[in-house]
Amino acid sequence: MKLARRERQHPGVPAPLKELNRIRNEIDRIFEDPFSLLAPSTSFFEGWAPTIDVYEDKDNVIVKAALPGMKKEDIEISLEGSTLTISGERKHEEEKNEGETYRSERYFGRFQRSLTLPTAVDAEKIQASYKDGVLTVSCAKSEESKPKQIQVKG
Amino acid sequence: MNAIAENQNAPARSQDQPRPERPRGFITPPANISANPNEYLLELEMPGVDKEGIEIMAEGNELTVLGRRKNEMPNAELLYTESALADYRRSFELGPDVDTSRISAEMSQGVLKLHLPKSEKAKPRKIQIAG
Repeated sequence: MKLARRERQHPGVPAPLKELNRIRNEIDRIFEDPFSLLAPSTSFFEGWAPTIDVYEDKDNVIVKAALPGMKKEDIEISLEGSTLTISGERKHEEEKNEGETYRSERYFGRFQRSLTLPTAVDAEKIQASYKDGVLTVSCAKSEESKPKQIQVKG
Repeated sequence: MNAIAENQNAPARSQDQPRPERPRGFITPPANISANPNEYLLELEMPGVDKEGIEIMAEGNELTVLGRRKNEMPNAELLYTESALADYRRSFELGPDVDTSRISAEMSQGVLKLHLPKSEKAKPRKIQIAG
């Protein structure tokens, strides 16, 4: 399974330094893995990406993405072949525009995260729920990719 | 003046022992702090934590927020993880203009919002010239 690497986060760092850190991480990443430039997930092209966890059981592949403070309607999920893409936009609340800002560590704006699922799944049987800021996407494995028990004939 | 500063000297662990099934240590949740004339607003991102998992302690001028994750791991094999699956903790030092007796909080989709009202005497006041 191939998964895009997560950006290292630097909470507590002022915004301009955060940007520098991001660029430095990006450069580190290019040296560590020269082919990563070819990956569409390079953070030069995206503001932020949620952290994800992937689970698998007999019938499902379960993807959990940390997306705190969103509206359900602002999350999009799509499947193309075996590539699952979670995208959307986290919007600033209007009340935040007035007054002074002392600390700003949360990311807002558009995001996109794609991952290749380890097995073929049935696009018609994908279920998603959003609770406590965590998106859970359950993908039912297609019949062909489920493990089968083969009986030994006597 | 920043009336809410991060408390770097806070003890690294809460008084009660961490649950054994959790990795040691805490995640520092990202925070936004803003202010209007009436209050400070502190937002903390703690995905996976619900209202019941939040513990807010104000002691003197120290405010500590603890977020305990619900054990909602699916009954399945973990293939790949980026989240540390640890609980959240962050400590702040409050300025003298925060009225700690009136702090209120709300939790929605993994974001804790703390309203820290400014004490009456700290609010800007218009003084009328008499006579």
